[in-house]
Amino acid sequence: MIALVEARGLAAGYGGRAAIEQVTFALEGGQTLALLGPNGGGKTTLLRALLGELEPLAGTVALAGRAAYVPQTDRTRLDFPVSALDVALMGTLARGRWWRPVRRADRDAARTALARLGLADEVDSTFGTLSGGQRQRVLLARALVQDARVLLLDEPLSGVDPASAERIDALFAELRDEGRTLLVATHDVESARGYDRVLCLNRTQVAFGAPSCLAQDVLERTYGAELVVLEGADGPVRAIMTQHHEH
Amino acid sequence: MSELLDALLDPWRSGITTRAFAEVMLLGAICGPLGFWVLGYRLSYGVESLSHALLPGLVVAMIAGVAPLAGGAIAAVVAAGLIALAARAERVGPDTATAVVVTGLVGLGALLAFAPETPKSIGALLFGDPLAVSDGDLLAAALLVPIGGGLLTALHRPLSAALFDSLGAPSLGVRPDRVRLALLLLVAAAVCVSVQGLGSLLALALFVGPPLAVGRRARSATGALLASAAVGIAGGLGGIYASYHLDLAAGASVALALCAAAAVGALVGAIWRPAAGVRAATT
Repeated sequence: MIALVEARGLAAGYGGRAAIEQVTFALEGGQTLALLGPNGGGKTTLLRALLGELEPLAGTVALAGRAAYVPQTDRTRLDFPVSALDVALMGTLARGRWWRPVRRADRDAARTALARLGLADEVDSTFGTLSGGQRQRVLLARALVQDARVLLLDEPLSGVDPASAERIDALFAELRDEGRTLLVATHDVESARGYDRVLCLNRTQVAFGAPSCLAQDVLERTYGAELVVLEGADGPVRAIMTQHHEH
Repeated sequence: MSELLDALLDPWRSGITTRAFAEVMLLGAICGPLGFWVLGYRLSYGVESLSHALLPGLVVAMIAGVAPLAGGAIAAVVAAGLIALAARAERVGPDTATAVVVTGLVGLGALLAFAPETPKSIGALLFGDPLAVSDGDLLAAALLVPIGGGLLTALHRPLSAALFDSLGAPSLGVRPDRVRLALLLLVAAAVCVSVQGLGSLLALALFVGPPLAVGRRARSATGALLASAAVGIAGGLGGIYASYHLDLAAGASVALALCAAAAVGALVGAIWRPAAGVRAATT
């Protein structure tokens, strides 16, 4: 199989200073990856490097195919007056010809994407008035309209209501079945065990492999003092502090 | 009733005032929508600095007898270069660099303006005079509306995408830095054209007054753009009417009318909030 996403010895950062180093991994089509790391550990930096926004300071990064980025909803301008349909339509910009007016086919594609995420009744709603879960689904609809083979998602389930989380999980399964590659930054160690691969990052790569690599010592090296272990009925359950930073 | 009608129609019976109406309506129609993006991208300070920095270029253009637009454009490029150069010093920073460069350019402009060979008073350059617009000024404003409007229409989708989600925009093929530069170039051209009407000190009112008056009441960006254009035109008309009937300086009257519209808009916004209003920005 040919890798859709590949990084080799990648270092990237800001102002010539590396925020992440020694990142090496590869993902094939249809694979999902959970990107774990503490606040300031470099998750967003890695996503930006994969998008080509940050030039590698060392190593290489390669994406075979178009990538879509789904930010956390609170990183968007909630005061900007756009409807859910307007946001989904932004996905058509990825096809180029930004000066061209929106066509009926574009609108149909955006409506279809919103309906797929259960938002058919919210097409004309102002983005900033939607709930956090609905806004996250609108941003996912935008990624669907982009028709990207690789999706990079920054904590898509953070602060999302259970109904939205369920629908987003179902969408992830569908996208994986379609052969798309998903790279999901998350703080949720337990849900990460459901992904095909995990990458633990704390400024440098701590581990990459199957979820079985998430042993206690790996998590401690990844999260350090942020790791909180809670006892559950079926054994220890690990929970992570979730305050978010840039990087 | 007839007194009110006379008050409304009288200014239109004067050719000078009619030309002033045309100038401020044209400027309001394009600067209002541009201002919506200026506020959205939080570029008000940059636009204010830009309009002030044009002063030496405008004075030189007048001395040389060339179009103010040419002098303003050169001054804008020089100012941008100097600010970029000064901002490279880590201890200075972009805000201080802008302040120093703009103050220096305003000082240079004042020196040139007070020179005996300068044909126009510094007052007209700083505060404008829509009652003294030339055919060339009107033509520039008349050209700015369709050209600037066309470019704004073409740029609408990238402007929206980069403003809404600057982190995700590059994955859509939209470079926020390039979009911002395109917007600044458009605004710089509009400022150069606006200076005759409102001067380099008051031109900013054309950009910030209308979108502030519209506030967050619009449900769509297109609605906000159209409403900003409408307020820009109405503010311009109101200012010229006030100038005519109260014997006030025309440029200052227009600027005050636009600022009054912004204040009323803010007041209404504070008192009346729609039930399903847009939430505050978090970025």
